[in-house]
Amino acid sequence: MISARGLRKSYGDFEAVKGIDVDVRQGEAFGFLGPNGAGKSSTMRMIASVSPVSAGELRILGMDPATDGPAIRGRLGVCPQEDTLDNELNVFDNLYIYGRYFGIDRATCRERANELLEFAQITDKAKAKVEDLSGGMKRRLTIARSLINNPDVLLLDEPTTGLDPQARHVLWDQLFRLKQAGVTLVITTHYMDEAEQLCDRLVVMDKGVIAAEGSPRELIEAHSTREVAELRFGVGEHEVLAGKVEDLGDRVEVLPDRLLVYSDHGEDVVTAVIDRGLQPIATLVRRSTLEDVFLRLTGRSLAD
Amino acid sequence: MAVLDRVAIPAPLTPTSATRLLVLRNFIVYKSAWKLFLTGFLEPVLYLFSIGIGVGQLIDGFTFHGEEVSYAAFVAPAMLATSAFNGALMDSTFNVFFKLKYEKLYDQMLATPLTTGDIARGEIAWGLIRGSVYSAAFLLVMLAMGLVESWWAVLALPAAVLVAFAFSAVCMALTTWMTSWQDFDKITLAQMPLFLFSATFFPVEAFGDSVLRWVVEATPLYRGVVLCRELTTGIVTWESAVSVVYLAVMGVVGLLVVRRRLDKLLLT
Repeated sequence: MISARGLRKSYGDFEAVKGIDVDVRQGEAFGFLGPNGAGKSSTMRMIASVSPVSAGELRILGMDPATDGPAIRGRLGVCPQEDTLDNELNVFDNLYIYGRYFGIDRATCRERANELLEFAQITDKAKAKVEDLSGGMKRRLTIARSLINNPDVLLLDEPTTGLDPQARHVLWDQLFRLKQAGVTLVITTHYMDEAEQLCDRLVVMDKGVIAAEGSPRELIEAHSTREVAELRFGVGEHEVLAGKVEDLGDRVEVLPDRLLVYSDHGEDVVTAVIDRGLQPIATLVRRSTLEDVFLRLTGRSLAD
Repeated sequence: MAVLDRVAIPAPLTPTSATRLLVLRNFIVYKSAWKLFLTGFLEPVLYLFSIGIGVGQLIDGFTFHGEEVSYAAFVAPAMLATSAFNGALMDSTFNVFFKLKYEKLYDQMLATPLTTGDIARGEIAWGLIRGSVYSAAFLLVMLAMGLVESWWAVLALPAAVLVAFAFSAVCMALTTWMTSWQDFDKITLAQMPLFLFSATFFPVEAFGDSVLRWVVEATPLYRGVVLCRELTTGIVTWESAVSVVYLAVMGVVGLLVVRRRLDKLLLT
């Protein structure tokens, strides 16, 4: 559906995307993960055919965005990071006129708009002004709008940023249903739980390059251990004690408030620590998550 | 899922149908805010009554191109051009700026098959339509008051449409360079002198043979005013032809610039 080879994007002297290779297959949910400034949004804008490619090759649905922009966009659904709803129109008209922009006829547009209001669970708000909607409703409307042309590929740029947990779960549920129905999803996010929930395959981007690629499970296997033992000692002791537990896991990470020991057998680590006469204030054994992979690959320092 | 039932892939939009959709969008917005439409129309009408008719009572033996006309008949066509100018200006400056910078409306449109060219044409077309509606209404007022003096006046409406097109395009182009609302002071700064000195209330001969006269004759609203005035009074000279070419070129250049600027601003 989407293939990129050596794809680059630069703005003046600044290179936001530094040569990435990506393949998105039909029907899968594909994720771009990365800290702010990693080049996710720039990549998404190129795929959405609104940002010219600086170098490399990009094909979307077999077409070249440089020459077939309108035709590609006609087959895409775009849910941008910020809701770009038309505040001068009511909720129904937002869907209706947006459909018309795709060249869909009046009757079909009206019918689709009503179906999508239902899908977004905002039928009772059809005549309301956009600004009177809650954040979650606006987001659902934006997603509903992106489905008006029945897209082959749905691009979602940080779809759940700023939503409360209830709204996020409703949205995940809807995205899952879309995926089940065969829509190809391309998602950027910096929520790891979201990526684990939704994505079949993903790439971790950092500073414009791809740092890792695979399914969430593969990435955890490749870049982390099965489990993590978290050991909490007194403030200031962690640095010193790190050396004493180093040999118990594949890797030890020192944080200001705890030690993370990466091992396939977390409980054994905790037992061994106590056998050595060390007395942690608290211990926790958990499975490795994508977040561990992410932090390992992109570091803990702030990106901006 | 019903929402995923196949929609037949629609035929690609032609430039004309795309332009029409942009106009449709603006029409839907104004359908519920039609009162906002009135203010732009009323202003020139009030000027016509106050200055054209009121002040006109004090003026005798007024001539245009050497022929005697009533002062009201002199001012009225200027107000006709001004109403086209006002209508075009309102949408192509404030509204475009708001959509471009705050509403991100054009970003939304560019996620669809619409292109920057469609947006440029659509928004300019809307400004043109708004200006034309004001002009048509104003022309009716003139007709009702007996201020139309020639059959040439049937061409006054297309002339006013041309004025609206020229200003709509150029003002939208200028708006793409604006960065904050403060920049709109410059629009007001340009709008007032254009309105007052484009031979609207007194003939351009009043400038004598000074350079100022040449400057005024080269400004766009003057071209619009003189065009409308020659048509409604029926005293048509080659100046009208100059005005038509001038305004048409201005509109087309504006349109091309708008498109390039939208490319630069939105397709980054």
